[in-house]
Parts: sequence; structure tokens; C-alpha cells
Amino acid sequence: MAIAQTMNGALRRLPAWTIYIVGAVYAVWEFWRALNQIGPYLVEPINVLERAYGEIALILMVVGLMVTPLRKLTGVNLIKFRRAIGVTAFFFVLAHFLVFAILDVQSVSRVWEEVVKRPYVTVGMLSFLMLIPLAVTSNNMSVRKMGAAAWRKMHKLTYPAAILGAVHYLWLVKGFQLEPIIYLVAILGLVAVRYVSLERQKQPA
Amino acid sequence: GAIGLAGGASAQGDLEPNTLEEITSYNNFYEFGTGKGDPAANAHQLQTSPWSIKVDGMVDNPGDYALDDLLAGLSVEDRIYRFRCVEAWSMVIPWNGIELADILNKVGVQSGAKYVAFETVVQPENMIGVQRRVLDFPYVEGLRLDEAMHPLSIMATGIYDEPIYNQNGAPIRLVVPWKYGFKSIKSIVRITLTDVEPPTSWNKANPREYGFYSNVNPTVDHPRWSQASERRIGGGLFAQRQDTLMFNGYPEVASLYEGQDLSVDI
Repeated sequence: MAIAQTMNGALRRLPAWTIYIVGAVYAVWEFWRALNQIGPYLVEPINVLERAYGEIALILMVVGLMVTPLRKLTGVNLIKFRRAIGVTAFFFVLAHFLVFAILDVQSVSRVWEEVVKRPYVTVGMLSFLMLIPLAVTSNNMSVRKMGAAAWRKMHKLTYPAAILGAVHYLWLVKGFQLEPIIYLVAILGLVAVRYVSLERQKQPA
Repeated sequence: GAIGLAGGASAQGDLEPNTLEEITSYNNFYEFGTGKGDPAANAHQLQTSPWSIKVDGMVDNPGDYALDDLLAGLSVEDRIYRFRCVEAWSMVIPWNGIELADILNKVGVQSGAKYVAFETVVQPENMIGVQRRVLDFPYVEGLRLDEAMHPLSIMATGIYDEPIYNQNGAPIRLVVPWKYGFKSIKSIVRITLTDVEPPTSWNKANPREYGFYSNVNPTVDHPRWSQASERRIGGGLFAQRQDTLMFNGYPEVASLYEGQDLSVDI
């Protein structure tokens, strides 16, 4: 636990907005590399950028879902960063959607057609829509206005949104591929852990 | 050579080949990983020399042929073909290759044969994707005999007059330009003439999504994405989509499918 205390001490000095800065720099950096077709963007930058934004969103969702179990398991407390992690995940989903809509399919009618006709797009879109009210209410004023209980209840939408995000990835790949399965298993596991520990809390001590 | 053959289609004006760098660094070759850059990173491990091809089934001269012996005396032609991936991207590739019909005539196709089956090499220790079992390897593909004998069907051994790179299917691969790219099987070690429709890898993996014919057809969508348009590789971050052409712009093959409903025979 000494290590956890040292880490918590160091983390206390790190402001939560660092997450937004790092997220924005990363997003711009990837866009710049795509624009100039550097590294993985050499040949086909559009799909690679679309995927890079989508994947970082999934990673941030996994990290966000790990905050509570991590504290319970190791004592490392990242709770003050959780809101920034979640909102940054939303911005990456938004960026992923914009690349898809503007650079990839390139027309409103085709976006609509994809959403309606392709189940994996439908599922991704649902996840995106679920995240919008969460992002909008990710501020102290909304918590006060809604009341903590109602706010917390609504923000449980994070779980289905994350699961749908992982399903979206698994559904779009060809053949048996490991990465999307790892994300889905990790997210399902983290959501399951949450319910198991909730059940335990409900029992009388 | 026969570049004119490639331009039977109306859209010949846009047949500006992709660069060698594009062609050799953006590939699907799942034996070397599923990422587009994986084949370029990993395919150097493929052993391509010596190379022999087993020719068997309904042929007059079956046997294990050294590659050079199989191709000896046959003429290598230049063919600039559109290449349309089932994933809705495309390239233009200047192949060097031998007409498949020439090879088949050389080994002597027997009268009852109706199909040609092909098989890709398996070198598990050199192929990281084989170890991961992304597909049921060896990769197998097939054509109906009339498709195989069509003058557009070639066995490619080069691109831009260079020996074909490993990630593009060295030392010899099939190229059937009016079908989705996965039909053009790479690094071939076996050719079998048969009278029954041979199994094909993507059809085995997902029969609903990948049919035996897999002709490029903008009116029949893949169950998970549209095939109506495609993105030509090389246009950068703001590349415009373009309409996909029936038979990938090779209407001269339409007569092969007379009387077939191509929305059923996918």
C-alpha cells in the first residue's frame, strides 16, 4: 500500500485537465500525420485515422471503467481523473464519427444508409448517442441540478455504451481477430465486476 | 504486350497505376497478420526459392513442377488492371504475368474438368498469421474452368517489371481483375483440375458474406457494407469516393454468366 500512497501523492499534484491536453495533442498529432501521410498513414490515411480515433476511445472507456476496481484492489485513486477520461473518450468517439461521415462515406444520405443498413454501424451509432447526454452532463452544475442519485443512475449508460462500442469493433472485422475480442472481454469483465461488487454491498455486513 | 486487353472497359482513362510503394505497403495477406502493413513487415520470412507447384487432378501431365519448368516457353505480358478489394478500396496495378490459359493448356486439361482449384503455401514457422489461425489455412481458392481460361485471367510473377514482392504473393499468384481481390490467391503451390466446385477460404469462413463467384458488383452489397462505391488508394486524406463498376469495369466477361442471376450467384 506504500506504493499506492506514493502514487496517490504524486497524482494529487497532477491536475485533471492534463487529460484533456494530452487527448487534444494526441488527436491533432494523429490528424497531422494522416494529413501528411506519415508512418501508418502512408498509403490509406482515411481508414487508419478513423480506426485510430475509434480505438483510443475504446481504450479510454476501458481505463475509465478500471478506475473504481483499481482503487478497491490496489488503493491507487484515479477518481479525480475519471470525468476527464470519460469526456475525452466521448470526444474521440465524436472525432471517429466525423472522420467516418465527412472523410470516409462523404455524404449525409450515405451516412444515413450506413446507419440503417449496417448493424455494426447502427450499434456504433447507438453507443455514440448514449454518450452524448453523459458528456453534456459531465459537470458539477448538472450533478447539482439532477441530484446525485439521478445523475449516477443516468451515467450507468456508460456500461451499455462501452459494450456496444466493443461489439461495433468486433462486428466490423473480417475473420477471427484477437484485438476486438480482447476489448469486448475486458469491458464485459469490468462491467460484470461492478455488478458483483454492488451485489456484495447490498448484503448485510 | 497486351495492355490493350486491360482497357476493354469504358473507364480506361483513369488507369493511372498506383506507385510501387503503395502497392507493396498496403496489403491483405492474412498469413502474415491482419493489419494492412503486416504483410510488408513480416513477409520477408517467406521462403520462395526453390519453389514448386503440384499440378494434379484431371490433367494429362500431372506432377510437381519447378516454377521455371512450369512457365518455360510461355510469354510474360504486361497487364495494367484495376484491383478492387471486397473492403471497398481499390488500386491500379501494372502486373507482369502469364495467361492462366497458357499454363492450363501446357499441363493439358482433361475433358471432364469443370473447375480449377488453387492452394497457397503454408510455412507455419515463417507465417505469423498461420500460427494465430485467423482463417482455416492453407488458403484455398477456385475458378470455374471458363473463368480460368478467359484471357483476362493471369498468373502474375511481377509488378512494374520487378519480381513480385513477397507481400504481393511471390513468386506466383493469380490475378482475376473482375473479381474481388481475395479471389486472386497468392503464393500458389498447388493447382488442381476437378469436376466439382472447390471449397474457397472466405466462403468457408463466412458463406453468407463471401460467395464462390465474388464478382465485383456494385448492385449487390456485402452484408456489412456497401459495394456501390470505392476509394482509390493514393488520394490522401481527402480522397473522393468513386462509383464501383460492374465486373470492375471489365464488361467483356459478362458473357461467362449468361443465364445466371448474379444477385443469387454471389
